[in-house]
Amino acid sequence: MSLASLSFNQLRLERMSRAFGTFNALNEIDLTIRKGEFVALLGPSGCGKSTALNCIAGLLGTTGGGIYIDDKRIDQLKPEDRGFGMVFQNYALFPHMTVLQNVGFGLKMRGLARAEIDERSHAALALVRLQGQADKLPGQLSGGQQQRVAIARAIVIEPPLVLMDEPLSNLDAKLRLEMRAEIRRIHNQLGATTIYVTHDQDEALSLADRIVVLRDGSIRQVGTPRELYESPLYLDVAEFMGFRNKISGRVVQAANGEATIEVGGARLTGRALDALAVGDTAILAARGDDVIEGVSGTNAIEAAVETIEYRGREFVGTANTDSGMQLVFHGPRNAELGSRVRLEIDARRALVFAAQP
Amino acid sequence: MIRDTSVLSRLWITFVWLVTAFFILNVLAVIAAVVVSSFGTRWLGTWIPDAFTTRWYAASWAEFQLDHVLVVTFQIVFTVVILSGLLGVTAAYAMARRDFPGKKIVLLIFLLPLLVPPITFGIPLATVLYMAGVGGTFWGVVLANLVPTVPFVILVMIPFIEQIDPKVEAAARVFGAGTFKLFRYVLLPMLLPGVLAAMLLVLVRTVAMFELTFLTAGPTSQTLVVALYYSVFAAGVRSVQSIDAMAVIYMVTSLIWLLIALRFVNPTQIVARGKNATAAAH
Amino acid sequence: MSTAVDTYERPSPAARVIERPGLRQRLANRGIDGVTLLILPALLFVLAIFVYPFLYGLVLSFRPLEGESAFANYIKFFSDPYLYKTIGATLWLAVPVTIVSLLLAVPIAMRVRLMKKQRLLTTILVLPVTLGTVLVAEGLLNYLGPQGWFNRTLLTIGLIDAPLRLVNNYWGVLASLIITVFPFTFLLTLSYVTGIDPALERAAATHGANSWQRFRHVMLPLLVPGLVVAACLTFVQAFAVFPSAVLLGAPSGPTRVISIAAAQAAFEQYDDSMASAIAMIMAAVQLLVVAALLGIRSLFYRGSTAGGKG
Repeated sequence: MSLASLSFNQLRLERMSRAFGTFNALNEIDLTIRKGEFVALLGPSGCGKSTALNCIAGLLGTTGGGIYIDDKRIDQLKPEDRGFGMVFQNYALFPHMTVLQNVGFGLKMRGLARAEIDERSHAALALVRLQGQADKLPGQLSGGQQQRVAIARAIVIEPPLVLMDEPLSNLDAKLRLEMRAEIRRIHNQLGATTIYVTHDQDEALSLADRIVVLRDGSIRQVGTPRELYESPLYLDVAEFMGFRNKISGRVVQAANGEATIEVGGARLTGRALDALAVGDTAILAARGDDVIEGVSGTNAIEAAVETIEYRGREFVGTANTDSGMQLVFHGPRNAELGSRVRLEIDARRALVFAAQP
Repeated sequence: MIRDTSVLSRLWITFVWLVTAFFILNVLAVIAAVVVSSFGTRWLGTWIPDAFTTRWYAASWAEFQLDHVLVVTFQIVFTVVILSGLLGVTAAYAMARRDFPGKKIVLLIFLLPLLVPPITFGIPLATVLYMAGVGGTFWGVVLANLVPTVPFVILVMIPFIEQIDPKVEAAARVFGAGTFKLFRYVLLPMLLPGVLAAMLLVLVRTVAMFELTFLTAGPTSQTLVVALYYSVFAAGVRSVQSIDAMAVIYMVTSLIWLLIALRFVNPTQIVARGKNATAAAH
Repeated sequence: MSTAVDTYERPSPAARVIERPGLRQRLANRGIDGVTLLILPALLFVLAIFVYPFLYGLVLSFRPLEGESAFANYIKFFSDPYLYKTIGATLWLAVPVTIVSLLLAVPIAMRVRLMKKQRLLTTILVLPVTLGTVLVAEGLLNYLGPQGWFNRTLLTIGLIDAPLRLVNNYWGVLASLIITVFPFTFLLTLSYVTGIDPALERAAATHGANSWQRFRHVMLPLLVPGLVVAACLTFVQAFAVFPSAVLLGAPSGPTRVISIAAAQAAFEQYDDSMASAIAMIMAAVQLLVVAALLGIRSLFYRGSTAGGKG
């Protein structure tokens, strides 16, 4: 029996692991996903996010742990018996079938009557706004249209779980934004539980209810987009969330969840995320747009401008501090190359981590 | 592309084309000689025969029992085509989709029958087939002809299967297709063009395969090309024209399939298939 | 809403039980599963109908019908000039055919590569390959014969006074081999030549190389590995010459090639052991020549011919 007919409350991964020989691609993943949630698996390439998705889909066997839907264990089921929907990275449309046949494939495999298949397929095509393309072959469609077909094919079977494997990575920047909104719209409309794999933090932040950050096959952090954006628990997560500036120095003050470090005479304050004591080596991390060229001089560090680019509303540049660290900063003017500027760092948005041993 | 316009290089280019034209002219003349002779009445010491007739075809048909030979030829050829398709495509699928220890050795084993000339392995093979009691029979000829064709299908199909995105199969599985339905609705339609091309090439090669059939065929399991060999070998007994008529029948038989094959494949494929695999095995 | 789901604490390292995956899983991890087993029918077939007979023939060749020594067949072969001279006779055909085919194939392929419509030419060339050696031999008997069109043309032009004797001797076999083998060599060579990125030649030209220098310093070094493979395959084919040596040559004289000796041992003397021995000697000579050619090949560059990425 297919799981598609089951309504479920949660999908649970319990210490799910996958090894390739001696290499652990996934290391005891624990995660619970509630019905209706949109969860993004985020991480750099090779972090295990696609492996995790393929294990959930059943395309890869697990080598440890279990996958449960409510209390039913499913990790031994074949992919065709799990009843999930999936959107693949290169769409994986059947090249020899028309758009309509592609969309109706899952229904046909479930042995539905022809009339019902056609009706539901047309409805799904309407949902992804592809009416009128039903009789074309995938090769005749543009990338964005193929993407829509792939989404329609996944949702038409009304699966309990939709898996998406970097579905936007093959589209150009403009189309990617458009399809992002489209995916969110369809999710809002259908409320299907979705697991979405991506390496693009913007995509994860804008789409997901919750983000799971993976690294080296392990979960680093789970949280809402806002939690991850504002309070990454680790320096590497912070870097991945756009904290590109790292300034290392010695802690001179640490209290009330704040820490101040000293570097080359400048004192910089940020929110402390680790337990820090005076005298520790620490790293202050800040986003480029939280480092502003200014004159007030509080919480600021001096640096020499190396590059500067015009970005329309403002200028974005890089500058080197005296201790040799390169910082990305935003500024209101076209600072002269080589000139010295004072870079102010927003103390409420900068984070201080203990230096890695 | 860069064109050279010096006199020397023009001379060289002309020379190259002259050699090519000379070769092609001779090939066409050889074929034409056979055709003209088969329609000629008496052809001695002149450019063309004295008169033209079709009676040699009737004579040849009766003399060499061509109806029987043709039936046998096609039974053998189609059996070989179907069996090599079945054995070859399944193996090619596994070779294209899985990496397993010893894969290179398996590839080498599949490559050898294509690299070793048939006459070399045909003699010990015929010995074994006769010992097993199938020598000289229909199935003996089929088995012998499968030796180069099964690896040939494998080598043609491996790159064809490799270029099909495995994610398409993954998609079919996720959307509920079991092994049979995956094969029926997804793999078979996608593989069909490649399989047909490979089988046509096998057909062309098997019609022309002389050595293996010659070594293993008995009187009742001769194919057309072997019958042609024997009739030329024993020439003198029969008129040259009826042998030529038989040669034309043979030529037409293989050319029909060649023309069909050429609609689907590049001529280079008939020849050049072993090369990539050879490079891969080194 | 339960908080256990929402918050994520830094995990404390705890003792974990390591589960050992089952045999099926471990095999699958090494690439062995149901799909891999699909090679078995074809593999078993080739092992049974190709590898086994070959090994059987090897063993059989050491079990002579007459003579005590296991090597009696080989001793007999190499002491009887009627037998051992077949190696020389075959090489005397196969080596020139290989060289001539390659020397013709390279310049023609270099020109044909520039053509837009290669298909007609390649189709004409594929004809002799498809028609096979028997038909070509039959056609040449007529065409090259004393009354044939070839001699007739030469007489008419006035190049010769009396017809050349071109059949039932060495020249007939050589001609038939070139006709059947050259297209094979040419099409292989063409596929290598077209596989070389044309940008490389353009790059050489912009750096001042003339057409000969471009060929000599850019194309040829990239072609050599492919040409060696083409030479191997051409030689092996030519060395196995059989029907045309019988039909067009002098099968008891200068074109008594090694496969004739093997076929006679098998079908006229019914000496399977001797026939197998000759087949093994044939294979050994082919192997030696191929090994020598591949040895030469290893001295040359063998990487990508794409130029740039990839």
